[in-house]
Amino acid sequence: MTVALWVIPALPLGGFLLCLLLGRRLGKPFVSAVGAGSVGLATIAAWTRLVPYLTAGGAPVVEKVAPWIAAGNFSVDLSLRLDALSALMVSFVTFVGFLIHVYSIGYMSHDETDAGYARYFAYLNLFLFAMLVLVLANNFLLMFVGWEGVGLCSYLLIGYYYEREYAADAGKKAFIVNRIGDFGFLLGMFGVFSLFGTLDFDSVFSQAAADPGRFAPGLTVVCLLLFVGAMGKSAQVPLHVWLPDAMAGPTPVSALIHAATMVTAGVYMVTRCNVLFRLAPDAMYVVAIVGAITAIFAAIIAIAQNDIKKVLAYSTVSQLGYMFLACGVGAYVAGMFHVLTHAFFKACLFLGSGAVIHALHGEQDMRRMGGLGRRLPVTYRTFLVATLALAGIPPLAGFFSKDSILTGVFAAHHTVLFSLGLVTAGLTAFYMFRLVSLTFAGEFRGSSEESAHVHEAPPSMTVPLVILAFLSAIAGFVGLPEVFGERANRLAAFLDPIFPAIGPRATETGHALPATTEWLLMGASVAVAVVGILIAWNWYAKRAGRPAERAAAAFPALYRLIGEKFRIDELYDVLFVRPFLGLARILWKVVDVLIIDGVLNAGAFIVELVGDVLRFLQTGNVRNYALTFLLGIVALLLIVLAG
Amino acid sequence: MTPNGIPIGDVLLASAALFTIGLAGALLRRNAISIFLSIELMMNAANLAILGYASALHSLEGQIVVFFVIAIAAAEAAVGLAIFVALFRHTETIDVNKINLLKW
Repeated sequence: MTVALWVIPALPLGGFLLCLLLGRRLGKPFVSAVGAGSVGLATIAAWTRLVPYLTAGGAPVVEKVAPWIAAGNFSVDLSLRLDALSALMVSFVTFVGFLIHVYSIGYMSHDETDAGYARYFAYLNLFLFAMLVLVLANNFLLMFVGWEGVGLCSYLLIGYYYEREYAADAGKKAFIVNRIGDFGFLLGMFGVFSLFGTLDFDSVFSQAAADPGRFAPGLTVVCLLLFVGAMGKSAQVPLHVWLPDAMAGPTPVSALIHAATMVTAGVYMVTRCNVLFRLAPDAMYVVAIVGAITAIFAAIIAIAQNDIKKVLAYSTVSQLGYMFLACGVGAYVAGMFHVLTHAFFKACLFLGSGAVIHALHGEQDMRRMGGLGRRLPVTYRTFLVATLALAGIPPLAGFFSKDSILTGVFAAHHTVLFSLGLVTAGLTAFYMFRLVSLTFAGEFRGSSEESAHVHEAPPSMTVPLVILAFLSAIAGFVGLPEVFGERANRLAAFLDPIFPAIGPRATETGHALPATTEWLLMGASVAVAVVGILIAWNWYAKRAGRPAERAAAAFPALYRLIGEKFRIDELYDVLFVRPFLGLARILWKVVDVLIIDGVLNAGAFIVELVGDVLRFLQTGNVRNYALTFLLGIVALLLIVLAG
Repeated sequence: MTPNGIPIGDVLLASAALFTIGLAGALLRRNAISIFLSIELMMNAANLAILGYASALHSLEGQIVVFFVIAIAAAEAAVGLAIFVALFRHTETIDVNKINLLKW
């Protein structure tokens, strides 16, 4: 049985409406059933379409739901598109989304009121709807609707604990920083329309591919603007500041929105527009550089964070940088591959950290954890698998995707970017094992009272963890490197249709490397990861962090700078926030209160003054009026006669 | 000159005199009904002027217009008297100097 494409996003939308309108009255069991159930049904609905597509491949399917905007030569339809790229995204968005909804039932059950619980699931369903619209859209405008929708849900869910000021502030920060990116996307969209006269994906890309020379000059600007949008949504330097703060939301939200799905929308968008980007090599270069800088920058910050979720947040920023690095050097398949594997292991890591926080009743500081490996066996094991996957240990998923990115960068002859990527891989292994050592190894450092409360999470939380850990382990096999055989990289073959050959100036998306070089690259990335792991394990698990303290004491200024995230937030505060607040204050006190209100009040005052005098003419006596009448007519007559 | 020998100037003079009397009454009287009668007087002054011109110019239309005016004046009288009755119920007076609710 197959369903129409629009059903897939419509199901979470229905869940959203039900939870929003009836959730408070019908209570938690109903909300759980509707919230997770609608996404479960959407997952099933999606797979009825995906299974035939994934097995057989085939031409892209475009289903027009309704005409939307038609004005002159501008027309946009509400139409959805299922091709290799959107199929890949939908497959893990629905599935991971479903797992996280199930997990949320356990995570949110304790401390929330019925109203809060319903609100949470309503927003989460709305998010899934927007995300599915984003990936299934067949034109830029509909994609933008989903793009804004996920931004809105992100804002709503970051500020879920709105009574805490920092959560409300973090929500606003995320929204405002995203708006900067969205503005770029919007301008890029205008650029696309002015170049191609349409916003339809097929039409734009086929025009660009057919006649590359015609659009080349404007395309660089358009691509850079689109990339600004991607930078906002995917938290790339210098717009990365919102993502770490977004951890103020509930942990499942961090897992779903701020690790697995929404933040990868930027990578998805760049890959979707690969035809345009391939025609604008300068823009590609910018993408690669920004990606590499973000990757290493965030990885360095992650080393010195003590909040378990902050480490994971910076790790996410860093991995997103990796994905853009891949896109920037033309290794789009590697980028999407990393999106896929990252969704599994980072969701698993966040959910695992959620289980830890849940067990410790909200404690997030790793300095007050330790020794939890024995107490939370399921969480520990799944977390370890996901960590190894992220660190890039074969044969887990992260190894293959990270290796394909590094291979792609190396093949494109970007030596500096390659070494940045390799160092980042080592740093990633280091900070992740620092996290694991501090959390799970050694002795518990919290109070004995807290220690007594430590308990393993309920099955609704552990089952998703196990499934995600399993996927983190095996997902890499869809994209084996070429040394394992000509057709080993099934993902590349599957995604091939979305990279059409471009006219005469075809850009190579991947150079074939000799097998020995590939083996060497793999060896290098594994070696770097193992070194990182061993150092972290030695420092934090075996010697309880003392070497790290010595290292920090040797460079106190540097350590503080990293710990304070290079003071980017403070810099923005001085550069943008304060001047803006000052400007707003001037506009308020001077322009609004003094000038606008002043003019208005002066007008009212004059009218009142005139009225004060003129009101004496209104005697209420009809005969006075009649007399005035007479005098008026006499005056008129005199004027007429004299004229 | 009208067909029956009265000069048009005399008719207009009579009309003007009637009108002035009516106007003076409307402005000076305090009793609402007197004012009302004065207004009727002014209307009839207008009627007289129309009739004078109509007969001097041998026009039938003018005389028909006067019939309409008389019919409307009758309707107006009914409405006006109803207003006065309602006013009297409300204020116990029809002295227009005392009816000044709309004063500032």
